[in-house]
Amino acid sequence: MANNTAQLQEKSHPMEDLLRMDRMPHIWCSGCGLGSAVTAFVEGLKKAGVSYDKTAIVSGIGCTGRVAGYLRLDSYHTTHGRAIPFATGLKLANRDLTVVVFSGDGDLFAIGGNHLIHAARRNVDINVICVNNFIYGMTGGQNAPTTPLGAYSSTAPFGNYEMPFNLVGLAAASGASYVARWTTMHARRLTDSIATAANKKGFCFIEIVSPCPTVFARKNKGGTGLDMLKEFQTRAIIDHDADPTTIPLNMDNEIVCGEFVNDDRPTFWENVQAGIKARLEKFANWEEMQSNSRKISHKKDRKYTSSRDSSIMRRNT
Amino acid sequence: MFKKSRLIGEYFMQGDIACAEGALAAGCRFFGGYPITPASEIAERMAMRLPLLRGVFIQYEDEIASIAGILGASWAGAKSMTATSGPGISLMTENIGLGMMMEAPCVVVNVQRGSPSTGLPTSWGQSDMMQARWGSHGDYGSISLVPNSPQEFFDLTITAFNFSEKYRLPVFIMADALVGHMTEKVVIPPVEELEIIDRKYTNKKPEDYLPYDYGKNLIPDFAKAGDGYRYHTTGLTHDKRGYPNMTFECQNELVPRLVNKIKNHVDDISLTEEYDIEGADVIVISYGITSRTILPAITMAKKKGIKIGYLRLKTVWPFPEEKIRKLSKKVAGFVVPEMNLGQISLEVERCAHNDSIVKLVPHPGGGIHKFEDVLHAIEEVAYGK
Amino acid sequence: MRFWEKPFGKEKPKTICGEIHIINDRCKGCSFCIEYCPRNVLEVSKDFNKKGYHPPIVVKPDMCTFCGLCEMICPDFAIFVIEKEDE
Repeated sequence: MANNTAQLQEKSHPMEDLLRMDRMPHIWCSGCGLGSAVTAFVEGLKKAGVSYDKTAIVSGIGCTGRVAGYLRLDSYHTTHGRAIPFATGLKLANRDLTVVVFSGDGDLFAIGGNHLIHAARRNVDINVICVNNFIYGMTGGQNAPTTPLGAYSSTAPFGNYEMPFNLVGLAAASGASYVARWTTMHARRLTDSIATAANKKGFCFIEIVSPCPTVFARKNKGGTGLDMLKEFQTRAIIDHDADPTTIPLNMDNEIVCGEFVNDDRPTFWENVQAGIKARLEKFANWEEMQSNSRKISHKKDRKYTSSRDSSIMRRNT
Repeated sequence: MFKKSRLIGEYFMQGDIACAEGALAAGCRFFGGYPITPASEIAERMAMRLPLLRGVFIQYEDEIASIAGILGASWAGAKSMTATSGPGISLMTENIGLGMMMEAPCVVVNVQRGSPSTGLPTSWGQSDMMQARWGSHGDYGSISLVPNSPQEFFDLTITAFNFSEKYRLPVFIMADALVGHMTEKVVIPPVEELEIIDRKYTNKKPEDYLPYDYGKNLIPDFAKAGDGYRYHTTGLTHDKRGYPNMTFECQNELVPRLVNKIKNHVDDISLTEEYDIEGADVIVISYGITSRTILPAITMAKKKGIKIGYLRLKTVWPFPEEKIRKLSKKVAGFVVPEMNLGQISLEVERCAHNDSIVKLVPHPGGGIHKFEDVLHAIEEVAYGK
Repeated sequence: MRFWEKPFGKEKPKTICGEIHIINDRCKGCSFCIEYCPRNVLEVSKDFNKKGYHPPIVVKPDMCTFCGLCEMICPDFAIFVIEKEDE
């Protein structure tokens, strides 16, 4: 930024406190929606009022996987598909953190699909932001689990033969507490959605439909990034009451956006606490039993626990 | 009720359970795992004990998630562990590489079964030894400890945590089903008698802190998530700031450091037991359960008048190269009985070079060595030269 | 005489204005900001930046209402708006 105007040197970009400015410019192509998604995320965090020091971001591999590297938070760039279990461990070991997984559709739904549905089932208190660009960008435009039927890609030269995943439907069906879908064009609503998710407990899933001008648009005659945004604008409708399982994304249907699920379910950790409490009340002297029953002791006044208790011990050791 | 973090005293305990208790004694407060014979008992014990110690137990959806989870927990500052068997380790290897690259301390217990593939789930073997060293792709230094009894399983679990915290890497405990399912006396000493090492947290201010800035010992200081350091870590080749840097210079600084941080500390890490090494003609090198099953052969050889020494490796990786090199100049040969078709014997051969004979006594696992076979090998080495 | 409310026109209502800052060399010329500015404040500049893209240029600075949409939609963190003090 050597030849900035004098005015600019006085005032810096308002997001510089949350971005790693020493790594800019980022690697994403011209017209890519990822930068807009990151802006929305940064604005959303500001709006949510969470402590930046207590926020961690975990990414997998791919174009979206690079998001972690550009955010000045505790950021982890992990292996392909394994961002969610990594984030689960991070969150459970330090429950004060706000943990956000920011990754792509290939990372979260192809190689990491199993982890996503299980994290949603457990309702671990993490937020998952999935940027869906319908294709594998970084490796050069191969088929993704979200590539619409009939769309072209490097590994589908005659058009894709496979039905794509409906990401919001899958997340909702797996039991996520909060499910939303926006495009990068819905900058303000997306920001609000991210802020809501940041303050919401439980598994929150936000799908961001993003243009990929370099590979998806090139192979499918989508034009530039701007053309894709305009197309999203014409196709997108907002319907918060839509059933997320009935709104898949195809080549030219409506992109139904909105907050589809906003429930309060007990999280994994709340269930753990409740379970332990119930059990401890039942066996209040557990720890005492534990140390007495299996000890090889030569003391004559050794206390024997009741037969019921010792059978429990036997089962547990 | 929550204060009593560990048992103290003498117990009649299964090896797997001794391992879990050792982990708790070392301060492990996060366990992520997936059931697999013969390591399930560790997870079961952890599920019972950890919640009462305010720790976290989570049964993940697979082994890949387990290792990723314990790496995450490690970055949150918890001492974390997972336990599995050969097939699980095969799934974990990619993320073990991530742990090596990110330098996240954690412990991976491999209760070995007969392999390859699903192999012998309820029987034992020692055929994952090379996988522990070279499992994940690329060059990195690694540490593997091999217990031969429930008591040692307890002790070495604590040592493994100490090494992982000190050198910042995932440490393997290469037990086998025989040790894991063996029930023996285990003495758990009071807390004061145990040496527990915790990772070195940085004392720098967040603005001065570089996550991969190292000192003379080549080990960077740790900062955990949520402390305001706001650092970046990645599995990509990274510079001292933790930022990806795709240059030869950066690769040339990082990867040799990952290897050398272990290589330079072999004397500290390498744990061995020696009997009658001085003046021996033949030295039997063994590790793990094999070191107990072949004892009759050594006794017999002694009765026959062979000058026999016995070297037991508690630390297999890093391999005690210098020690073997020195010994190889003095003895006629080595006998290496192991429950695989030749893995550690290759290392011994490499170190013995041309100075002495190395005789492997292979066993595919699922049983134990016939002592006649071992005795025969000892005699061959002793009288052959 | 006292009024419950101040009569219209007595005090000039404050209009909110924005001051647009463009970091030229960070721009990748996607023209999202130009297209989505509701008041058409921006246009494609004829100059090239360091990377060879045409960054936007402010042509109607008075029209900016500090809505911040250009800042929100810019994928390259290359444009931002600051609220102007008066006018």
